[in-house]
Amino acid sequence: MNLTAQFEVNGREQRVSTDAKRTLLDVLREDLGLTGTKFGCGEGQCRACTVLIDGKAVQACQTTMDEVDGRKIETIEGLANAGKLHPVQEAFIAEGAMQCGYCVPGMVMATVGLFRRNPKPTAAEITAGLNGNLCRCCGYVNVLKAVQRAAQIRKEGR
Amino acid sequence: MKTPLTELEFTEPERYEQYEGPFYHFELSRREFIATLGAGLVISVATPSAFAQRAGRGAEQAASLAQRLHIGVDGVVTVLTSKVEVGQGSRTQLTQAAAGELHVAIERLRLVMGDTAGPDDGGTAGSATTPRSVPAIRKACAATRQLLLDTAATAFTVEAGNLSVRDGKVEGLPPGKQFSYADLASERHAEALKQNVAPGVAIKEVAAWHVLGTSVPCVNGVEIVTGAHRYPSDIVRPGMVYGKVLRPASYGAKLEEIDLGPAKATPDVIAVRDGDFVGFTAPTSFAAEQARNAAAKTAKWTSPANVSSDELHTHLRAKASGRSRPEKRGNADEAFQNAAKVLRETYNIAYIQHAPMEPRAAVAEWNGDQLTVWTGSQQPARVRQDLAQSLRIPTERVRVIVPDTGGGFGGKHSGEAAVEAARLAREARQPVSVRWSREEEFTWAYFRPAGVIDVAGGLDAKGGLMAWEHVNFNSGSSAIASPYQIPNVTTEFKDCEQPLRSGSYRALASTANVFARESFMDELAAATDADPLEFRLRHLTNERLRNVLLAATERFGWHGAWKKNSSRQTTGIGLACGIEKGSFAACCAKIEVNTDGTFKVLKVVEAFECGAIQNPANLKAQVEGCIIMGLGGALTEETRFKNGAMLNASFRSYRVPRFKDVPEIETVLVNRPDLPSVGAGETPIIGIAPAIANALFHAAQSRIRSLPIRNESFWYA
Ligand code: FES
Ligand code: FES
Repeated sequence: MNLTAQFEVNGREQRVSTDAKRTLLDVLREDLGLTGTKFGCGEGQCRACTVLIDGKAVQACQTTMDEVDGRKIETIEGLANAGKLHPVQEAFIAEGAMQCGYCVPGMVMATVGLFRRNPKPTAAEITAGLNGNLCRCCGYVNVLKAVQRAAQIRKEGR
Repeated sequence: MKTPLTELEFTEPERYEQYEGPFYHFELSRREFIATLGAGLVISVATPSAFAQRAGRGAEQAASLAQRLHIGVDGVVTVLTSKVEVGQGSRTQLTQAAAGELHVAIERLRLVMGDTAGPDDGGTAGSATTPRSVPAIRKACAATRQLLLDTAATAFTVEAGNLSVRDGKVEGLPPGKQFSYADLASERHAEALKQNVAPGVAIKEVAAWHVLGTSVPCVNGVEIVTGAHRYPSDIVRPGMVYGKVLRPASYGAKLEEIDLGPAKATPDVIAVRDGDFVGFTAPTSFAAEQARNAAAKTAKWTSPANVSSDELHTHLRAKASGRSRPEKRGNADEAFQNAAKVLRETYNIAYIQHAPMEPRAAVAEWNGDQLTVWTGSQQPARVRQDLAQSLRIPTERVRVIVPDTGGGFGGKHSGEAAVEAARLAREARQPVSVRWSREEEFTWAYFRPAGVIDVAGGLDAKGGLMAWEHVNFNSGSSAIASPYQIPNVTTEFKDCEQPLRSGSYRALASTANVFARESFMDELAAATDADPLEFRLRHLTNERLRNVLLAATERFGWHGAWKKNSSRQTTGIGLACGIEKGSFAACCAKIEVNTDGTFKVLKVVEAFECGAIQNPANLKAQVEGCIIMGLGGALTEETRFKNGAMLNASFRSYRVPRFKDVPEIETVLVNRPDLPSVGAGETPIIGIAPAIANALFHAAQSRIRSLPIRNESFWYA
């Protein structure tokens, strides 16, 4: 069944007429050209597809188009501001938190979502908060360092 | 009789770099049949792309500088290689290699990787990029720097010996004169670049490295963190549609009939049946999937009988081929008869999946009779050949481009998605993107082979190892040779008829062979009441392996921490070491066992040595990645199947390591500037599983002889 959904992506209004049961992930990637959000499993098990919907980290592969009308969506492409990287992106670079990098957009968005929910997470809260984000290169050590670095910078209000 | 093992034995090529040929046998149309017969003619009129002309089409070896690199009029240097980046850090490492010899800033360098229009350095496998491609690129770049100096010297009539290059510009010229790589790019000097790289060209000694040897960060880090980098599954071409392929109902199932009528009647949907291949395209992947799923309901299959994972190990032993020959040193049979004590054990290894985060993906585009395919593969040249062969077109008409890919681990040597996309694109007359689902990746990709390993050891009266036997059924031969000094040895790898497609993996068979050997070494040590470290050192003369073993145990605090246990403890420690692909690894692990039998890995220390370190930060990340990936194979990963169907084709039921599984990790990177650099993306994985299994034995005196690790008393929860 088709529907027309109107929603905001990275601050821009979008109107998409499509099948109600298509996923937000497919629409972002195939209709809106936003391929930064990745497909890792399509079953809610890897969080490579993490985006923010109304400020909350959500799996875009588990969100269908009949759920997005009127929502505000943020994707990895919208994070840097006028060419300036978001502090979380900077922390990932500073800690070398990427091998193939395929999981990184999802990791970064999950981290931004975590900080909105919990502005000063402890190390244990970071591990728990990111536990669903898989990295098959298993670069978890550097990702943890990056998220802790970004958290530290927030705490210090830099 | 004692024959010392030479290092050559440790670096034997992978005998089991198994390669699965094309999936499909497309049927021939009459027109295609004629075209195939006339292939020679077709080739001669095929025009290579402009890029290919520049790059030297079909270059088997990058002999001339022009094939290896291009210099832009802006002085930006582009280096070409068929190597690909799948997360091991080769893009940054090869950029460092080039920058260090050219004397050009990293930012002024581009690396074109994995494009069959460029030079062929072979595929990305066997940790070969570091020992082979780094030197090849360095030599070409050193020769180019010399060319720049010589050309400048001639232009300004000065001695080349008085000139040097800094940041891409020649220094030491007469006042007011300038010369840089940009000048070399001008028409006047184009001829010069056609020269071949002289075999004797000098590259920098390790002591003079100023770019290699440093922790240059990932060169495309900004593209990665902003989502701008386009992985194979992100490639979009004008007019592109999406493809989905029908998969057999079970392994080996034959399609008897299917009704494609409804799909064909759906607007914008294209359905193709060609032999066993059935595929669909549509403007969205959702619509393509709907068409496929509807048609799948009408499919009738005949399914052959299939072995299940429960009976796998008996099956493999029963289906061993009789072709193999054991490798022998001394006389093991006799030595076993004379031994004071003989132990024999069997170790079972499960099939596991590489499960790269990015499943197989490809975009195929036809331009007349020219085919271009973007895909994630470690073997661009092989995929090109697969495409040519399965579509019956000359190789020259196919170009394969591998954008930096979301993970490989030895699991992307084949080109299934590429062939599927190309076949569909020919039908659709539009570019087609085929992206495998996670379930497809878990089911139809290939696996790290399962295996059964029999090991026997004979001890003399003083607890010295005098006889050794190691027979591997199916899982491969790498690292099958023991690094220990044992006078009488028999090793054998037997290939078996097996139920699943299998192929390379990170360090492939050495994960299995080292698990068996290092677990068994521990059993022998226990049988003689020896400290597992002392027992190993007593039989080890290889200096490099001794060094990492000592480095790891020292950092871990093995002395003082290990004591013989005679009753069940809550914690235990274990170690393991090994050699693979010319590099040396040693691990120590500490585990904790709960009263219910579940256990946790508390800490892992690994020492690793791979010659002169080229990028310390990347090396550390690779070692850490191997440790954690190794935890997966050790603790939880296992492909289960029954009646030709996968039972756990999902991250829900096939459990891979997560943040919560990460133990405390310490790495000791042993740098050997006096030794040639070898690859490091694979070997650090080999010691993890046995170190953990040995730690469990230390805690509870109950032996583990299977991967993933579990028995009646232990399981990882
Ligand atoms: S792709 Fe959405 S959770 Fe894996
Ligand atoms: S960096 Fe490769 S999956 Fe995380």
